[in-house]
Formats: sequence, C-alpha cells, structure tokens
Amino acid sequence: MNRIKIVFFLCLMPLFAQAGLNVQEITLKNGMRVLVKEDHRSPVAVSMIWYRAGSLDEVNGKTGVAHLLEHMMFKGTKTTKPGEYSEIVAAAGGRENAFTGADYTAYFQRLEKSKLPISMKMEADRMQNLVITKEEFKKEIQVVMEERRWRTDDKPKAQVNELFNSLIFRVHPYGRPIVGWMSDLENMTHEDAIEWYRMWYSPSNAILVIGGDVDAKKVFSEAKKYFADIPAYKIAKRKPQIEPKQNGSRRAILKAPSKLPYIQMGYPAPTLGKDGIKNKKEAFALEVLVGILSGTSSSRLNQNLVRNISRAINVGAGYNMLSRGGQSSFEMYATPSEKVSVIDLEKYLKLELKNIVDNGVTDAELKRVITSVIAGEVYQKDSVFGAVMQIGQLETMGYSHKIVDDYIDNIKQVTSQDIQVVIKKYFHDDALTVVTLDPQPLDKNKLPKGKPHAH
Amino acid sequence: MLIKAIFISILFVFSNLTFAKLNIQHWETNNGARIYFIENHDLPIVDINVDFRAGSVKDNKQKNGLASLTNHMMVLGSGGINEEDLANKFIDLGAQLNSSFDQDKSGFSLRTLSDKKSEAIDLLTLVLHEPDFDSDILEREKKRYIASINQSKTMPGSIASKAFMKALYNEHPYGLPSSGEVEAIKKIRKKDLHDFYKIHYLSNELSIVIVGDISRKEAENLGNKISLGFSENKMTLEIPSVDYIKGQEIKISHPAKQAHLYYGAPIIKRGDPDFLVLYLGNYILGGGGFVSRLTQVIREDRGLAYSVYSYFMPFIEAGPFQVAVQTKKSQVKQAKELIQKTVAEFIQNGPTSKELRRAKDFMIGGFPLRLDSNKKILEYVSMMAFYKYPLDYLETFTNKIDKITAEEIKSAFQRRVDMSKFSTVIVGSE
Repeated sequence: MNRIKIVFFLCLMPLFAQAGLNVQEITLKNGMRVLVKEDHRSPVAVSMIWYRAGSLDEVNGKTGVAHLLEHMMFKGTKTTKPGEYSEIVAAAGGRENAFTGADYTAYFQRLEKSKLPISMKMEADRMQNLVITKEEFKKEIQVVMEERRWRTDDKPKAQVNELFNSLIFRVHPYGRPIVGWMSDLENMTHEDAIEWYRMWYSPSNAILVIGGDVDAKKVFSEAKKYFADIPAYKIAKRKPQIEPKQNGSRRAILKAPSKLPYIQMGYPAPTLGKDGIKNKKEAFALEVLVGILSGTSSSRLNQNLVRNISRAINVGAGYNMLSRGGQSSFEMYATPSEKVSVIDLEKYLKLELKNIVDNGVTDAELKRVITSVIAGEVYQKDSVFGAVMQIGQLETMGYSHKIVDDYIDNIKQVTSQDIQVVIKKYFHDDALTVVTLDPQPLDKNKLPKGKPHAH
Repeated sequence: MLIKAIFISILFVFSNLTFAKLNIQHWETNNGARIYFIENHDLPIVDINVDFRAGSVKDNKQKNGLASLTNHMMVLGSGGINEEDLANKFIDLGAQLNSSFDQDKSGFSLRTLSDKKSEAIDLLTLVLHEPDFDSDILEREKKRYIASINQSKTMPGSIASKAFMKALYNEHPYGLPSSGEVEAIKKIRKKDLHDFYKIHYLSNELSIVIVGDISRKEAENLGNKISLGFSENKMTLEIPSVDYIKGQEIKISHPAKQAHLYYGAPIIKRGDPDFLVLYLGNYILGGGGFVSRLTQVIREDRGLAYSVYSYFMPFIEAGPFQVAVQTKKSQVKQAKELIQKTVAEFIQNGPTSKELRRAKDFMIGGFPLRLDSNKKILEYVSMMAFYKYPLDYLETFTNKIDKITAEEIKSAFQRRVDMSKFSTVIVGSE
C-alpha cells in the first residue's frame, strides 16, 4: 500500500471504485461510530478500526509519534502481555496489521466470520487499557528507526519525496514525514507515546468498519457490548495550519548513491470539500487529468515521453482529491533516459501540460477514463477488504462514504475546458516545486563517469 | 501509509496452500494444454490466467534476459496492431491485461466484465498468438531494461538477492538474474524473441485457469482457441537438476545505513512429499509474521530489525530456503549469530507442542481467507495448475496439516535443512 500522501497511483482512483456501498451505521453513546458493509460471498469478516489521528496532528519535535504509537499498540494491555493478541489472532487463523498515514491510524484483522468477536474484544481492550512501558518502548523505537532506514534513508527516491514534501508544504503538516525525522525518533520517550495515546484514542475519535459475511444487527449489538461503555474524552481542537500561497518556484537537489537521476515536480492543488460540493469542479477535473496523463501504458506521459520520444525510462503523475488536512498537490515524477538531463525532462513534462492548455484533451481520452472507472467499480466488488478500506478512509478524512454514489456522474461531467482551466489556474512556475536526484557513485572515492550532473 | 510490518506480503509469496470446496473442473485440450475452470456467477466478471513454462530458467548466460524480454514484448503490439492501439482496445472495453514473470513461468492474465468477454478474449488470443516483437520497440525496451539493471546494481537489496542466487546456483539457470544482464541484453535481436517464443511457448507446457461468470461450453471454446495457436513438443529440454554447491560467505561493501543479509541454500522443489511438513515448520520458525521465532528473537526481544523472515520457495527444481534481515550495519554480526542459533535450535529440537498446535490452528482456522475473492482463487489455482498439483490438493490440505506431528517436522528439517551447506550474503557489512 502506498502512503496516502505520496499519490503514486498505479491505477485509476482506488479510493472510489465502488458505488451503492449499502452501508449500515450506528453511533454508540460515547460517540464512536460503527459501519457495516455486508457481503456474503465468502465466509470471512474484515474488521478495521480507524482513529482520526495521524502525522497531520503531530507537532515539531515529536514527528513520528503517531506511527510509533501504532507499533506500541501491539505491546500489551493491563491484562495481556506484549504480542499476546497477535498470538490469539494467529491461532484463530486471522491476519492482522496496522498502518499510519498523514490523516489516520488504522488497525485491521481478517478472520473467518465466527471469529469476529476476537477482534472486537482486542480493539476495545487496547483502546482503553494500553500499557506502554519504558522497556518495550526502548526496543520498539529501535525497530521504528530500522524501519525509517529501510523505508527512506537507503532509498534515494523516498528521500527525494521526503524533501519534496518538506519544500512544497512549509507550514502545513503534510510537509513532515509520517515515519518522523530521525532526530525526533532518537529523542522520543515513552511519555511522548503515552501523551499521544491519551490525546487521540478516545472512542469518540474512532470509527469501526466491518465488512463481509456478517449480520449488521448482530455486529451492532456486539459492538455495543465491547465499546459502548468505554468513556470518551474531549479531543483537542485542531489548528488548520493553512499553507500560504507560494510566490516563486522552489528547487532542491538531493545527492544519494544511485546510477540514474530522478525528478519529482508538482504544484499545490485543492481538495474536494468535506461536503462533497466545494471545489467539486476543480477536484474532478484534476482527477480526470491524472487519468489522462498517467495510470495506463497508453496514457499521455508514458505514451509520449517513454514510448514515442524515449526521453524517460519511467514516468507518472498523481493527485489526491481527498484529504483530511484540506490540502493536496498535483505531482509528476520521472526517471530520464540515458543522456537526457533532468532539466530537459522537466521541460518535457511541462510541455505535456502546455499541450493540453493549447489543444485540450480528446473525447476518446475522456471516455476512456469513464470506462475505466465504471469497470473498476465492478472489479472492486471482488474485494471486501477494498470496500472496508474505502469506507474507513472516507469517513476518517471527514467525508461521507455516500459521496461515492455521485462519483461516476461527477467524472462524466468533466470537460476538456475544465481541465484547461485548472491547469492554467494552478500549474504556473511561481507555484512549482522541483526536487531532483543527483546520483552519486557507491564508492565515494570514485568520480562519476561522464559529464557532471548539471542543474 | 506505514504498514507495521511487511510480513503479510511476504507470506503471500510462499503461502501457496489452502483447502476449500472449490469446484474445480479440469480437462486437457487435444494438444495437451491443461484447463482449470471455476464457474461462479456472483459477479459479472471473468478472470483468465495463462501460464507458460517459459521463465528465466529457460535462459542461458549468453542471452540472459531473453525470456523476460519475450514476456514483456508480448503485450507491446500484436497482429499488426501497434502498442498504443492495442492498449487502448483493452481500456475501451474496460478490460485489464497484465503480464507476470518469474524463474519458472511466463504468465498473462485478463480481467474483463462478462458482457465484454468475447471481445476481450479475442484480444487476449491475438496477443498470445501473434506477437509482433517490433524491432524499434525492442531496442527501446532493451535500453529501459539496461537502465533498470544498472540502477539495481546500486540498490543494496537487489545486490544482495542477486549475489545470493548466484552463490546458491552458480551456473544453473536459477543463478541467472531474471531480468538479464546488460551485455547479454545488448546482443538480443528480434529473431531471438521469435525463436524463443516458438520453442518455449508450447501447448503442452501451457496451463489456463478461468474463473467467474462464463459457462463451461464457453470455457471449453476459450481453452481450445488459445491452445490451438501453439504447437506441441513433448521432446522439450528438461530443466537441469540443481547440483550441490559448497556454501560461501560473501561480503559486499555499500554506503547504505543498513546491511542486508541473506542466508540459506537450495532445498526443495514443487511436489516434494516433505513440502507441507517443512512449510508448517517454517511458519513457526520464520514464516508466521509477528508470531514466528525469528521475529521474536530479532525484533520483539531486541529491536534489531523491522523485518526478518524465512521461507521455502519451491521451484520446478530445487528452490531456495532463505532467511533475510535488514539492520543497521553495526548490528549485522549480532543478527547473523542470532539467526544461525535460532535456525540450529529449531533443526535440533523441532517445535514445541504449543507452537505446533497454534500453527495448525492458524492454517486450518484461516483457511477460508486464502480463497475469499475471485482474484485469490485465480492466483491459487494457477499455481496448482502450473505445478501440476493433484486436483484434491485443496480439499485434503487442512486434513494433511492436522496430521503433521512435531517429530515429523523435526525429522524433515534434520533430513533436508543442512546449515553446513548454507551460503551467507551480506551487503553493507562494516
């Protein structure tokens, strides 16, 4: 799974591939919401609990604490030992994991349907009775630092992305890495983790989503049994931290061991309003634009830059129309072909945008996006996990899952002119951020072969 | 999103086992293609997967990369329809065509809405029967391959896994990198692809799996239509068996913060009677994600790594057993010693009765999760079809697991897993 913020879409609109979700819902007396999506094709249940707490809510000096807490949630409660729940889930034949994004932290189990109460009991327990000891923290923070080394520090493209985010968002917390800065991890204490847990893990800040071969009524009564008596507490008011308008392009170079250079470039972009109406026209135009530029092998960027003129080895574009933090970006990224500089590649990428401004997109291209979305919606029905994921993401970000119902209609309404308008409005050089990778030899004593990398 | 651990995806790589009352219909076409069909009309979707025995094991050193390039080029133009038009024809139907490739197989899968199935199947057939292997596209793709191979030579994980396979297999084709080598790829021409296709894309080495909203009659027609485009040759060269190579210790320097360690040896092939026993044992040793011994020792007790795992990866011939870990450089020696100690102890004593019971509970209780979507059924049955597993494999799976004893696991590990033959690769050692 991708980090939600990075927007490296491989296919079209994964968040939105399901209409007519048919979700049943209740709110418990402590404010916790429970949503159920029945699907009786297979005797399994998927349970996910979503907390409206992610790196978006962190403060400087404590970046990475949302993700660290996610790890600590497996380290025992007042009545269970570290790892004990993992053993129980495994012995029930279940699969479990958890993930942290900028907008949320989520925990999930996939189980044979009769085992569903195991998951509810466990989540209810660690929602209120988590124990974070100094000893367990000391080990787990080492694991997280190893994760950071593996995920970011030793991966040049991930480093470029981290730098890119920190440049394009100077004020908005999306500029900070989800895993946290290494220095913050090195100085984190178990008290920081406890503080985070006590701030955000209230039932009123959680959403339980369950899907599969279950009976919604039974799920609701079980959920009441396990969760309704957990006391809620007040969640701190969140500051909006709005990114000011960018006045002038921002550029940076990252040096790392690599053979090939790389470029990531982008512009701040609006997201769909939480009511599903605000910014609708622009957000859907951007959504369709990404489908036309990227996502399939014959999309414009790949067809033109990789296939027709061979200026790039790989290329892509991304945009998230949804976010809890009310901020998004439109991004393009590419690896140049041999003897093509990142400067030239930046020009080629911009030319693709200019070409649309000058000539528009074709009806065939618009139709292709619509066809893919309609088919994708059917294919998504094969995955209960996908449906549960989608409901949880939307609701945690502050949208209604029902906005899915209008998705295809909104896509159909996008015109070539709408796309031209958003490009002209948002994609100008003063709003541009570019980060390029300057490849370094593995052996520092060796000079790179050929011409030095020019910027 | 940050996933707490990567074990789940690792598990899927090798946890090719399951139960279930899937009604698998099976037959052979006149020219020897094996067809597997699971009819299911719940969703208006048809999934088709076609596998040929044409993976990188069919490569040789001189043209290493030919098998992969052939697979890759198959979807870039067919029957005179250029690559852009071909891709758009699938997209205009709402259909998805994907190719897959590994050491043993070259595969193509189609997902289509059932009301577009006949057009989509016609297109798939065209792709399979009439690849253009256009010279200009080939030259372009060769450059992309070469660039990506050169890039992988700077990445510690790629360096480590390549060195590991070379250490285990030396001159055997499993020791060749699946995507090829730069100098070999430069020499590959259009004619090589045509020849490779003719020699290795054979009806009798072809398995087709069809899942979803399509009738038996239509499935039969589809199987005939696809298989009849390929010739039959029962005299194809067998894949050489794997010779024992002395274990080696290879250290490669790298500026990365973490060292990558691989540890293991070639052990088991598909269909081996010991496989299920070793597989269940390995779940306890290093396959079971959060609850395995290796994770306990390396991650939970000491915080040495984000990910540590072991698995058996059976191929047509002996595939590797491997343990892998990434940890900061100063800790790699400690991690290696702990891994060796943990594996040795497991071989010597086998699992405890509690561990065994929990492992069985996991396998048996979680069985339905392995087949809870058409896509998973397609992937699972494709593996069974390709490796010629018995048809009752799924039905008997949980029963067989249930009967395995701790003594059998210990004995299988002692007979099959010989640490004195293991190789170790460390990239980024201090």
